[in-house]
Amino acid sequence: MRNIIPVLTVVGLLIVVWYGAAVALNAQWARDVAARADKTLTFSELVADTWSQDKPKLPAPHQVGAELWETTVMKKVTSKRSLVYHTWVTFSATFLGFVMGTALGTLLAVGIVFNRTMDMSVMPWVIASQTIPILAIAPMIIVVLNAVGLSGLLPKAIISMYLSFFPMVVGMVKGLRSPDQMQLDQMRTWHASGWQTFWKLRLPSSMPYFFTSLKVGVAASLVGAIVGEMPTGAVAGLGARLLAGSYYGQTVQIWSALIMAAALAAVMVGLIGLIQRVTLKRMGMA
Amino acid sequence: MNDSQSVISASNLDLTFQTNDGPVHALKDVNLEIHKGDFVSFIGPSGCGKTTFLRVMADLEQPTGGTVTINGVSPEEARKSRAYGYVFQAAGLYPWRTIGGNIRLPLEIMGIPRAEQAERVRRVLELVELSGFEKKFPWQLSGGMQQRASIARALSFDADILLMDEPFGALDEIVRDHLNEQLLKLWARTEKTIAFVTHSIPEAVYLSTKIVVMSPRPGRIADVIESPLPRERPLEIRETPEFLEVAHRVREGLRAGHGDD
Repeated sequence: MRNIIPVLTVVGLLIVVWYGAAVALNAQWARDVAARADKTLTFSELVADTWSQDKPKLPAPHQVGAELWETTVMKKVTSKRSLVYHTWVTFSATFLGFVMGTALGTLLAVGIVFNRTMDMSVMPWVIASQTIPILAIAPMIIVVLNAVGLSGLLPKAIISMYLSFFPMVVGMVKGLRSPDQMQLDQMRTWHASGWQTFWKLRLPSSMPYFFTSLKVGVAASLVGAIVGEMPTGAVAGLGARLLAGSYYGQTVQIWSALIMAAALAAVMVGLIGLIQRVTLKRMGMA
Repeated sequence: MNDSQSVISASNLDLTFQTNDGPVHALKDVNLEIHKGDFVSFIGPSGCGKTTFLRVMADLEQPTGGTVTINGVSPEEARKSRAYGYVFQAAGLYPWRTIGGNIRLPLEIMGIPRAEQAERVRRVLELVELSGFEKKFPWQLSGGMQQRASIARALSFDADILLMDEPFGALDEIVRDHLNEQLLKLWARTEKTIAFVTHSIPEAVYLSTKIVVMSPRPGRIADVIESPLPRERPLEIRETPEFLEVAHRVREGLRAGHGDD
């Protein structure tokens, strides 16, 4: 809890900047409205107006806060207007995609470390896969999977997996290769098999890398799930809220969905960090 | 003690590493016999091939010429039959395993039954005077204790040969003296054959029945000294004229080997 004060300081600073920016960005609209009504605004009137518009360019923090309160606490979680419901939809796709991405990434890393052919052939494709813009490939995945009768959670999870397996592969290849030559020689003097070396040395040695990759991977998973929700016709999920918000110029709704996504990412990364601390401490590696 | 029984035998051993700067002669025409129960030290400056020689015995490097036999068979067969325990310069204990767990590691790999594992761990911990530390983690032990645990690990599967590559090189003088004394006691109790690489003249003379002085470029044996010291050696033996005499001869051998550089 020692780091709570610096965090709060930064949050406070951001809010101050945010309020200032809201005044700057929304002032033009406020003046235009006033000019049409043949009025001139005093400075305090101007500020009050920029912080309370219906469709501001940049909503003020308290407007987003009110919207968040309105759509989380005041709505039933089963309601389609509840942000909790949409967050849950996004989270379930994120989680499934994250689990699949972690499994795929780890398997590929094991293959790459143990098989020279895979090392030479798979790695370039893994890297190439990440150079394709996810926004371009996501609708394709949705369409193709829909054609074979798959819709709903799975297509989104696959897009999420597509983004999250990459940090896993890179991190785990490095982690599984982290034992030094002496440790490998030692295994050789005991005539250990490749499997024993993997299970007793390489895998435990890779744990710090594993957790770091998990943290990067889960954030990427969330991005993938949100992107996956956009081309599906904006049915449900945080991605759908973002898209619907931008159709109707509901900037307050967009910002509250963004804040919710950020909070979801923070909770997931924080949870992994907690598991990491406990595990590595028990393994004597922290 | 049967002195005629050769445990490690090297004849006309050559090893050349191919590097980007051309070939490096790590070992050239090395001949040596190590008998059962010997304590042999290899001493020499960096690049004299002493560690490489030990690694060849352990089948961690392949010679480019000549032959080595361990217990009459090739190093590879010896390694596969777990004929030797190897102690590296660093203890190399796994932080996620307790001391007991670390010593159990080679036993698990070798498929020794659980009950026997526990018994062996207890026995080797007693040998290195670490009884009671079985459940501690490596970070809870000093450097010297960690190295003792790594020796216990090398002893756990009852190999007759112990190959040690500067095991005390990273420790301070006081700890080193203590561990040298303990190692001699352990050697007397277990009757192992020990090959020991070191940088330190007093350490080599104090421990060994046979001292192999090596010189670099190309790595070769400059002198082999059969120690006249008794097998029973208190630390004070290092003040005696016999000890100083042997140390002098080692130093001479090192100087001669160094030649003009």
